[in-house]
Amino acid sequence: MAVEICIDVQDLSYAYHDGRQALRGVNLRVRPGEKVALVGPNGAGKSTLLLHLNGILRGDGGVRVMGQAVTEPNLARIRAQVGLVFQDPDDQLFSPTVFEDVAFGPLYAGLPEEEIRRRVAWALAQVGAEPYAERVSHHLSLGEKKRIAIASVLSMEPEILVLDEPTAGLDPRTRRRLIGLLQKLSQTLLVATHDLWLVAEVFPRTVVLDEGQVIADGPTEELLADAVLMGAHGLEVPHCYLPHAERHHG
Amino acid sequence: MGLRIHALDAYRSGDSLVHRLDARVKLVLAVLFIATAALTPDGAWPAYALLAALALGVILLSRLGVGFVYRRSAVALPFALAAVTVMFSTPGQPLLVARILGWDVTLSDAGLVRFVSIVLKSWLSVQMAVVLTASTPFPGLLQAMRSLCLPKVLVAIVGFAYRYIFVIADEVMRMMRARAARSGSREGRGGGSVFWRARVTGGMAGNLFLRSIARSERIYEAMVARGYDGEVRVLRPPSLQLGDVLVALLFVLVLGAVQALAQLF
Repeated sequence: MAVEICIDVQDLSYAYHDGRQALRGVNLRVRPGEKVALVGPNGAGKSTLLLHLNGILRGDGGVRVMGQAVTEPNLARIRAQVGLVFQDPDDQLFSPTVFEDVAFGPLYAGLPEEEIRRRVAWALAQVGAEPYAERVSHHLSLGEKKRIAIASVLSMEPEILVLDEPTAGLDPRTRRRLIGLLQKLSQTLLVATHDLWLVAEVFPRTVVLDEGQVIADGPTEELLADAVLMGAHGLEVPHCYLPHAERHHG
Repeated sequence: MGLRIHALDAYRSGDSLVHRLDARVKLVLAVLFIATAALTPDGAWPAYALLAALALGVILLSRLGVGFVYRRSAVALPFALAAVTVMFSTPGQPLLVARILGWDVTLSDAGLVRFVSIVLKSWLSVQMAVVLTASTPFPGLLQAMRSLCLPKVLVAIVGFAYRYIFVIADEVMRMMRARAARSGSREGRGGGSVFWRARVTGGMAGNLFLRSIARSERIYEAMVARGYDGEVRVLRPPSLQLGDVLVALLFVLVLGAVQALAQLF
């Protein structure tokens, strides 16, 4: 499917039941194959925005994915195209075994059994977790759970991967492995994160979100090096973008 | 993290005939064994001895360790105390008459036989249940329940309970640790009144409940995100092997023989 814009969010607003306004007129366009980081302080609306991309939340405004509006009749197709990886893998891995979790998406897509098994094997291989198929999720470490959570959406062969805080809580080695995995993936990536080093390393484009609005959208090296912008929105300039002199004193 | 409650997990990995036996066959045979034990008449001691020998044989084959199974099955013994009253309520030859709170309480011989039989039968049943759960990974048991046509929704609920009991137990332990960390007290001063402590505990229970609801909503979102449409679907389980069927037949024959003997006796 050749589309120019694979995620197209126009003037999206959303308020929670308690009246808290989470999104105020968000605009965002992502081209196929782009790797985009979504940064901003806690409560900026990052997770809320991500939940709109496959129609789990439905706000006011337009959301189009792969050229299709996110509406009731399109939901099943859109959910197969947008792989959403939640922040807490204990929410994402709800089946008794790893195999069943990775097979869940393909099973509900109505694929034949052979194809389901092939996809599970392929997805587990992608994240380097082939030996875990028969394991029980609660026996796994956080890093293993995070990787298998990614496999559980890769098995749906989505065009777009949307991840919420993929590196939160990981130790450096596990985090390094996960970054390697993110770099290897060919899908369009939209990742919400506080890990600005990860942003600097993997994502050419950054979107800054604060109080439900897009504050800035542009090349990562320009935005993250902008100390005024970063400071105003509860973020900081990663060391790699600091002028040389400050790096030793600051 | 780092808090894990593995003690809740009954499964003990191993490689034995019993471990390798198909979970569906094991579940059916364990239920049949328990039914046989329950149907055996009171005081049929030779039948009990045969059942105990059969259970012992299965335990030895499973290589779980006789001590391990007996210890774990003893946990269920206190529940057998609920049957204490049959000692005094079954008519028969009086062995002992005691006066308790102005009531004449009679211990009869038939009552004693019945009580001992109930304790033995429940102990034997629990032994087999212990072997079943210790030699079968939980997902296998779930699949077995599904194959035996238990309602799918019920099996799914059991599956979720098993998956999240560990997560919730971790949450409880973190909360207790957080409370303990803030429960320092000066020497000679206790930690508040019983009423106050009860309120703290109640608050913790409420908090846990709210967290669990929030988690269940996130899990549902994760399911919906991958196409869940309200219907429980699973892959077809593999077909039974000839060996599993033969073992099942043999076991059923032995159980039948024991039952016939017990009824004749």
